[in-house]
Amino acid sequence: MAAVLPFRPAVARETTAVALNEVSIEFRARGRPPFKALAPTTLTVADNAFVAIVGPTGSGKSTILNAVAGLIKSASGSIQIFGQPLDGINREAGYLFQQDAVMPWKTALDNVALSLQVAGVDREDALGEARTWLTKVGLGRFLDRFPHELSGGQRKRVGLAQVLIRHPKILLMDEPFGPLDAQTRQIMGNLLLDLWAADRKAVLFVTHDLEEAIALSDRVLILSAGPEARLIGDHRIDLARPRDAADIRTDPRFHEIHRAIWSQLKAEVAKTYGAGEG
Amino acid sequence: MTRLKLVALQIAVGLALVALWHVGSTVPIFGRTLLPPFFFSTPADVAMRVAQMVAAGKIWPHIGITLLETALSFAIGAIGGIAFGFGFALLPTAAAVFEPYIKMANSLPRVVLAPIFMLWLGLGIWSKVALGVSLVFFIVFFNVYRGIQEVSPVILANARLMGLNEFQLFRHVYWPSALSWMFSSLHTSVGFALVGAVVGEYLGASAGLGYLIHEAEGVFDTTGVFAGMAVLAFFVLAIDFVVTALERRMLHWQPGREDART
Repeated sequence: MAAVLPFRPAVARETTAVALNEVSIEFRARGRPPFKALAPTTLTVADNAFVAIVGPTGSGKSTILNAVAGLIKSASGSIQIFGQPLDGINREAGYLFQQDAVMPWKTALDNVALSLQVAGVDREDALGEARTWLTKVGLGRFLDRFPHELSGGQRKRVGLAQVLIRHPKILLMDEPFGPLDAQTRQIMGNLLLDLWAADRKAVLFVTHDLEEAIALSDRVLILSAGPEARLIGDHRIDLARPRDAADIRTDPRFHEIHRAIWSQLKAEVAKTYGAGEG
Repeated sequence: MTRLKLVALQIAVGLALVALWHVGSTVPIFGRTLLPPFFFSTPADVAMRVAQMVAAGKIWPHIGITLLETALSFAIGAIGGIAFGFGFALLPTAAAVFEPYIKMANSLPRVVLAPIFMLWLGLGIWSKVALGVSLVFFIVFFNVYRGIQEVSPVILANARLMGLNEFQLFRHVYWPSALSWMFSSLHTSVGFALVGAVVGEYLGASAGLGYLIHEAEGVFDTTGVFAGMAVLAFFVLAIDFVVTALERRMLHWQPGREDART
């Protein structure tokens, strides 16, 4: 007689990394009506997908990332991380911020090693691991530099190493290459693609640069102009991988996709400016 | 400008001022001495007096006392300022309740407190230390408080996501930030510690540089007053040198410092 196997819930094989279910976000300031940044939004990010969110300025792109990171609470709806409801800081997520988030009083090496050290890893091991990661992002010769002695692009690389050393299952990136020049952005984009290809985490990548979004990701989501921003587009990017973030831009398929998405995005961008003038 | 040229110019300015003083106090112009030695003494006399005091060894105990008072004022004031700065930054309600009183206490000219401190603590070093502490405390307090509030929210969010708990946040984020603010005001707070010591000595003491100057003034010994001031000035320069060295060591991670590694 066959033994009855205990029931295993499907959750154990859950491959949805991030799920937002009717999540809305409001900002409250005293003496003013609450500002509704995000209208109820539903979206899922698969475990190994690279998803970009594109939208006009002020459309609440960063707000979504902050909610997924657990830095702000949603006004309604629920967020699930690998099937578990999110409560407080999201421990599975690594967050590369738009602004510099490295500590100016620590060297590049100490900045990268910190998350391991506070987790109880032996100091020498943590520093060794940090050295490896800084070398991977091309900063092997700059270990002992303080952030102010590095260029903007180099500081972003330190930030990337700082995030990746923890092996987060979800990578949140908020216009990480925004302030960099076009060439450096493409180099950073390729670096990111290489590192991502090694262990394909779930990535949620916010940018206002549509070309960058298409070049890097598997899916591009379009967010409408705020307030009460909504998701208004979900485009699959079927360009072959591995890709080169610079060369891919000459691919005819790239142009087709770009044209399709841009026609939709253009209207939203125009709305933002219209609202600004009105 | 090269370092050598700068130092040469700095020395030239000093020499010119001393030369003006020398001429004014010793050479009669149209039958009049512009700086009568009774009121202004002469550079030669002052230099002689300083040399005598140093040679006789009479000056060292006074410098020692003033240095001790300055160091104690700074240490106690800084520890208090750091403790209260962190306390108030972590307890916003307490900060809001105490704010008017802190402002009130800080706006009080500290000289009026000196007689009270003497009444309470006697004429020894502790009344001077108390005066210095009352000055240093507020500078350190305000800087530490500000340093904690000015921590970038992005760095804080990043640190939280990196898994730092409250104690680790304190150690790796709040503490270095507060310390950097405190060290950037180090010249001011050490200067005030010295002011507290010297003013306290001036108002009533039996030792110290302030006492020395006050004593000379009491007998209209202008040369003695100027000699005391000269010693005090060198003393301040020496302390400033030490503070600058310390500051460079502690704040080498900040941009715009001379020794920043390139």
